[in-house]
Amino acid sequence: MDLACRRGERLLFRGLSFSCEPGAALQVAGANGIGKSSLIRILAGLLRPFAGQVESEGAMGLVDERLALDANLPLGQALGFWESLDGCRDAGRAFEVLQLDPLLDVPVRYLSTGQKKRAALARLLNRNCPIWLLDEPLNGLDTQAMKSVEALVALHCGRGGIAVVASHQPMALPDPQKIDLARFSA
Amino acid sequence: MSGFATLLRRDLGLLLPGGRGGAGVLPLLFFLAVAMLYPFAVGPDAQLLGRTGGGVIWVAALLAAILPLEKLVSGDLEAGVFDQLALRGVSEEWAMASRLIAHWLAFAPLLLVATLPAAALLGLSGETTRTVLLGLLAGTPGLAAVGLAVAALTASLRGGAALAGLMVIPLAVPILIFGAGSLARPDPSGILLTAAISLGLCALAPIAAGAAIRAARES
Repeated sequence: MDLACRRGERLLFRGLSFSCEPGAALQVAGANGIGKSSLIRILAGLLRPFAGQVESEGAMGLVDERLALDANLPLGQALGFWESLDGCRDAGRAFEVLQLDPLLDVPVRYLSTGQKKRAALARLLNRNCPIWLLDEPLNGLDTQAMKSVEALVALHCGRGGIAVVASHQPMALPDPQKIDLARFSA
Repeated sequence: MSGFATLLRRDLGLLLPGGRGGAGVLPLLFFLAVAMLYPFAVGPDAQLLGRTGGGVIWVAALLAAILPLEKLVSGDLEAGVFDQLALRGVSEEWAMASRLIAHWLAFAPLLLVATLPAAALLGLSGETTRTVLLGLLAGTPGLAAVGLAVAALTASLRGGAALAGLMVIPLAVPILIFGAGSLARPDPSGILLTAAISLGLCALAPIAAGAAIRAARES
């Protein structure tokens, strides 16, 4: 694998290798700007690595700082587009777990940062995919929501899913494999 | 295929007049405004208006096609919609093909309808109006295609909208030459050539726009 990432003229990290088995949680740590988000985007196949390659089996779901929901639509409808793309029939449970039910009629642009994050997580849940890529999933969430996200990740891994989490906040993950990007910085 | 229908439905909801993210009826009003201003500017010489009016309608249509470009791609690019689509195996080209159809449907049919009052304002004959309508029907898909490709290319730039306007004009010149040129010829060859150019551009635009979106990720 030996991943390396370059942004502009700067080499962010190099020589990074890892693998994840089903049920594994991987925590990517490091200071701001060290390349956590870039690593997540490389894993998602959205960014080409400067060197190395990524191999994966199974569909991936991404939650990052970009919401990808229509700001003027009510939340329920905005999420509905992705549900129909993902072929999700039972969206209600994710809304319940993430306490989005009272917000489904509210236009997305009126939602707070934490509520938007919860909406993005609901889309991830409804995607029903084995590999989760989470870029700062706890940003803007209150303590209660943080707890339920940690529980969701634990449940996902318990069912044999893979979770890759980049977060600067401490996050309780089930038996996480840790990557400190600072050790690979170029 | 059901995925494409979902995509197209969202794009139509976004772009159709009265939709959430499009330019609405602004291009239409702009188009009519040009047709209305022209007689004021050159005077009420019916013969002159009848001779040049068709060309004015073409220029107005070309300029009106620029107006919706600002929000055509950049909003979804910023929001990360194309990233999420890519994760679901929906290629950028596919997404752009859907957007091209929605974009054309959002501005062209209204423009064709508005051509009738515009032709009346300019005092065009029935024959000329028919040629203009057929020409626009053949040419507007090409204008939409050029617009989409340019909108995708400039989506990640600051002030991209103004640049998009400038870039569309030279690329649309072939459509204008043959489309407006059909007014001066008795046979339909000009319109057919316009349609051929349009088809070619429609085939190329999703590919070019898709590549532009992928390139924008790397920047």
